[in-house]
Amino acid sequence: MSATALLPPFALAQQFPTAKINTTGLAVTDTEVTVGILHSVTGTMAISETGSVEAEKLAIEQINAQGGVLGRKIKFIQEDGASDWPTFAEKAKKLLVNDKCASVMGCWTSASRKAVLPVFEQYNGMLYYPTFYEGLEQSKNVIYTGQEATQQILAGLNWVEKEKKAKTFYLLGSDYIWPRTSNKIARKHIENVLKLKVIGEEYFPLGNTQFNSVINKIKLTKPDVIYAIIVGGSNVAFYKQLKAAGIDLTKQTLMTISVTEDEIDGIGGENIVGAYACMKYFQSLQNDNNKAFVPAFKKMWGEKTVIGDVTQAAYLGPWLWKLTAEKAGSFDIDKIAAASPGVEFKGAPEGYVRIHENHHLWSKTRVGRARSDGQYDVVYETAELMEPNPFPKGYQ
Amino acid sequence: MLGGYSFGELGSILAMQGFAGLILFSVFLLMALGLAIIFGQMGVINMAHGEFMILGAYMTYLCSHLVQTYVPGIYVGYFFIAMVVAFIVSGALGLAVEWLLIRHLYARPLDTLLATWGLSLIMQQAFRSIFGAREVGVELPTWMMGSLPVTDTIEVQINGLFVMALTLVITGIVAFLMYRSRWGLQVRAVVSNRTMSEAVGIDTRRIDRLTFGLGCGIAGIAGSAFTMIGSTSPSAGQLYIVDTFLVVVFGGAQSLLGTVASALTISQSQSTLEFFTSGSNAKVLTLLIVIGLLMLRPQGLFVLKVRR
Repeated sequence: MSATALLPPFALAQQFPTAKINTTGLAVTDTEVTVGILHSVTGTMAISETGSVEAEKLAIEQINAQGGVLGRKIKFIQEDGASDWPTFAEKAKKLLVNDKCASVMGCWTSASRKAVLPVFEQYNGMLYYPTFYEGLEQSKNVIYTGQEATQQILAGLNWVEKEKKAKTFYLLGSDYIWPRTSNKIARKHIENVLKLKVIGEEYFPLGNTQFNSVINKIKLTKPDVIYAIIVGGSNVAFYKQLKAAGIDLTKQTLMTISVTEDEIDGIGGENIVGAYACMKYFQSLQNDNNKAFVPAFKKMWGEKTVIGDVTQAAYLGPWLWKLTAEKAGSFDIDKIAAASPGVEFKGAPEGYVRIHENHHLWSKTRVGRARSDGQYDVVYETAELMEPNPFPKGYQ
Repeated sequence: MLGGYSFGELGSILAMQGFAGLILFSVFLLMALGLAIIFGQMGVINMAHGEFMILGAYMTYLCSHLVQTYVPGIYVGYFFIAMVVAFIVSGALGLAVEWLLIRHLYARPLDTLLATWGLSLIMQQAFRSIFGAREVGVELPTWMMGSLPVTDTIEVQINGLFVMALTLVITGIVAFLMYRSRWGLQVRAVVSNRTMSEAVGIDTRRIDRLTFGLGCGIAGIAGSAFTMIGSTSPSAGQLYIVDTFLVVVFGGAQSLLGTVASALTISQSQSTLEFFTSGSNAKVLTLLIVIGLLMLRPQGLFVLKVRR
């Protein structure tokens, strides 16, 4: 990175003639390269995907300020998936077929990713997908910059067993694939590896707003740990009702993998203070990369914005793509896909990441404790990078 | 499920579960009232009902900020101001919508469905543009959070009590308006026979507009109250709409009593089933019960006998 930053962009572009680095007709000129941004900015998912869009734009701006990719400025075309999966597929096709985007940063929910996956495979595109997700997928055409389930779950459970001497767990989740798959992995780990007990497991329809019955059940069964994977607006209802029911999270251990700083904005810090979240990134991380990243993000998007785990993962997308293109010396999708394993990004706000053979990232797992101001105190991080394992044996 | 618990524990759980059911009942009733009035008296299904609720929630959010900034002294009680503001703003918007949109479509009930659905999308996107796509957190004075310990194991949630009291008051007011006021008399006359009411000199247009405005205003109050238990985001209105329709349709479209009975039935079965099975299963079973009962009584629980 430092070597290319020193060269003037023009010289670099001459060093890489367009005909050589783009043999498949992507939207690359002598001065520009086009990428796509595909997220929902309207509809129910806009609430979650806004942060990702912001992070990707910041990364692109910063890369351009450093001279772009292979001497070319990044130009982006943004499309709106409108929280509708067929729309995602249609827009993905547009970005690949009409706009010839050299890569696409996009999608948030697994449903949207599953909808665009065949499009990316058919038209040979490259997708950088930011969200932590349930795993059980791997594609030549996708780089997963978020954690797959085992990276998010196992280390956190080990920690809670060791630190809190937890013996019993109550698993909760919204009723769709990610919480169900994640809880399945959590249960296997709790029962088979840690040899502890799961005393309840329950799911609620997406958007459920009433949790009093399950809160009563929790009061009755008194689990050592509440393990909650509730998403979206339900989160707000759940934590507010938990607090109203007199369950004090500074005394009752609760661990979640679905509440980032973004969600706390809606829940209200005073309603979730004391809860533990298992993520790879928290805004409060103290390292030099993050100390530069947070102010840059706030300068671009406002002092009040908060940065959650997925937002940071989205920020990695453009950077990883740039580093890969420079490693490959080409924008060709096949070469990018082949060159991806082993690419490392030392400037990641989370510290350091490296792409694995399976196109997921090696990254650390961290446990944070919610403060009343909506931020997390990092109370634990794994010593080593966790290996991504999208098809975990013994956990399916 | 019940093995291993002492009688004391079972007793307190029974009490707390009963209370949870009552809270759910109040929530259902409060969210359905506005829709029931409009649907019952005018035959218009307001698909934007959820958005009117969220408008109320956003008004509460604004109020909490304004009060904190300018008159922090009354912050303790700002919620009451917020509810009044929510009622006025949602009600005023309701009046405007009726005048601009709904009144042109009275002869075409299916089109009002489409028009109000479009309205709901417009309102959602407007919220998104004005307040941002992210959720906003509505801060509450501390006395409204937390619970009152009754015994060691039984605790009563303050926000639950608040919603219950509010529902009681609003339902009382609506019942009073409907059965004791001149407006209510006219509304009931219009429901029984619109043409005849016009013939005897009732301004049915005015009645319609007021009804729509009142329904939307009550939705606003409900939305304001629900900031205590739920989220405030542009599309959060969609979370409530299904349950709301369920309550109104199951109760029988034209009866306040029906709405109350239906909210009670659905909430109690939901909350009981949730305790003995799980959240998702409870929903499925509740829906099956409702479908079954609707097959036996297609008009809903309570039917107003009207000569057609």
